[in-house]
This record gives sequence, structure tokens and C-alpha cells, in this order.
Amino acid sequence: MPIDWIWGLIGGMLIGTGGAVYLLGNGRIMGASGIIGGLVDGSGWSTAAERIIFLIGVALLPVLLMPFYRAVDTHITDNYAVLVAAGLLVGIGTRIANGCTSGHGVCGMSRLSIRGIVATCCYILAGGLGVVLFRHILGVI
Amino acid sequence: MARLLIAFLAGGLFGAGLFISGMTDTTKVQGWLDVFGAWDPTLAFVMGGAMIPMAIAWMIRRRRTISLTGLPMPPAPSKEIDGKLILGSVMFGIGWGLVGLCPGPSIASLSYGGPGLYAFLAAMIGGMLIAPMLRARLDRAVPAA
Repeated sequence: MPIDWIWGLIGGMLIGTGGAVYLLGNGRIMGASGIIGGLVDGSGWSTAAERIIFLIGVALLPVLLMPFYRAVDTHITDNYAVLVAAGLLVGIGTRIANGCTSGHGVCGMSRLSIRGIVATCCYILAGGLGVVLFRHILGVI
Repeated sequence: MARLLIAFLAGGLFGAGLFISGMTDTTKVQGWLDVFGAWDPTLAFVMGGAMIPMAIAWMIRRRRTISLTGLPMPPAPSKEIDGKLILGSVMFGIGWGLVGLCPGPSIASLSYGGPGLYAFLAAMIGGMLIAPMLRARLDRAVPAA
């Protein structure tokens, strides 16, 4: 388990460096839901190339690193009702709140944005209560 | 061109970080949220690690009004806590806990997530398509002060 924390810390620093590069390089806040959502609903089509290239980078680097890394398993559930419900909630929620773990969490909290801090508290609390409810009380996940 | 290169570099670092930190493993995310189960603190280390370079970047930002490629820096953050921020974040949190995936890792694991991930992604994209409509409705229900 301690080794996981070290990988977490190193990976986290890479994530933060990516956010720093995007901010100082292009003046943009690195928020995954905003980058994807702007492509999906058309609001970000004027910067589509930048968004698509960013997402290609996100998807590609794990492929390049895979041969040098320990076994990869997402352990994702095979309950499709849960997957679809969760996807809808994540898609709608992040776009209504205007951010997710990267935008509100990493980028917002690191500049002490009150919206980022409130959003992060809300989604961690809701996620925690959700896991208690759906795993320990209802037993569906 | 420089902007695209920076976008690729930033995305690559983000994807590499999500992969190395284990954040594309849904059990690690659910493990962090599951305080009554086998609690896994990894996510806190990832968040903490990400804060360090990002906080430095915000400090550098204070002395610059434009980015390296000439685009303006983002404005000061809004301080408005509205219903959309709370409701949206709560919805996102529940979805995040249900499967253990948020938007970033869902893209990072594109090559190895399997059919379950595609179902999640399709639903997430569907949700993002209907979100503007819901947002407009919420704006009408609670007019901005």
C-alpha cells in the first residue's frame, strides 16, 4: 500500500505539471469536463483543435507507458445500469457545476477559489455518501 | 502550432499522471470514498501532489497577464456560490462514487477500459449534451440576483 501512495504523489505532480503547462502556456484552466463538454455541446468548437489534441495526449500517454508499468486493470463494474446512470450523472453534473476533479479540484483549489473548494467538498461528500448508500446499505455496487 | 504543442504536452502529462497514480483504477477512487470499507488514501496523495506545481503556476500567473503563446490568462475566479454549483457537484459526486470514474480518467483509460468504459463514456457524453438545456431551466427557475 505505501508504494501506491508514492506513485500517487508522483502521478499527482505530473497532473499538476500538466495543469501548469496549460495555464502558463495557453492561458487555460485544465478542466477535463470543460474540455470534453465544449466539444460535445458545441460551445468550444472555436478551440476544437486544441481540445482534441489535448485529449489525444491524455489517451495516448498511458498507451506509451503501459509496457514499463505494472499490470493495468480498471476494475470497472460490469453492471451496465450502474455504468449508464453514473455516466449521465457525471456528464450532467460536471457541466452544470462547470467543473470536475481537475478543474474545480486541482486548478480551483490550488488558487484557493471558493467555488472550487465548495464544489470539491460537495462531490467528495456526495461520492462518499453515495458509496455508503449504494454499497453498504443497498448493496448494488 | 505552439498552442497545439502545448495542449498535447499538457494533455500528455495529465494522462501520464492519471495512469501512473492509479486513478484509472476504479477501486482506488471508490476506496478513497469508502470511509466505512477498506479506505484507500491514494487519491489524497494525488490531489496533494497536483496542488504543488499548480499553486506555483498560479503564483507565476500573478506576474503575467498573457500566456507564453499570447493568449490572455484566465480572469480571477468568480466567488458566486449558486445552486448550479452545488447541485451539479452533488450529481457528479454520486456518479463518481457509483463507478469510480471522473472525466479525466475516463479518457486516460480509453485504450484499456473495455466495453464498460465505453458505456460510461457514451452516457457521459449524452449527459453533457442535455446539460445545457437543464442549465437554462435552472437559470429560469432561479433568476440570477
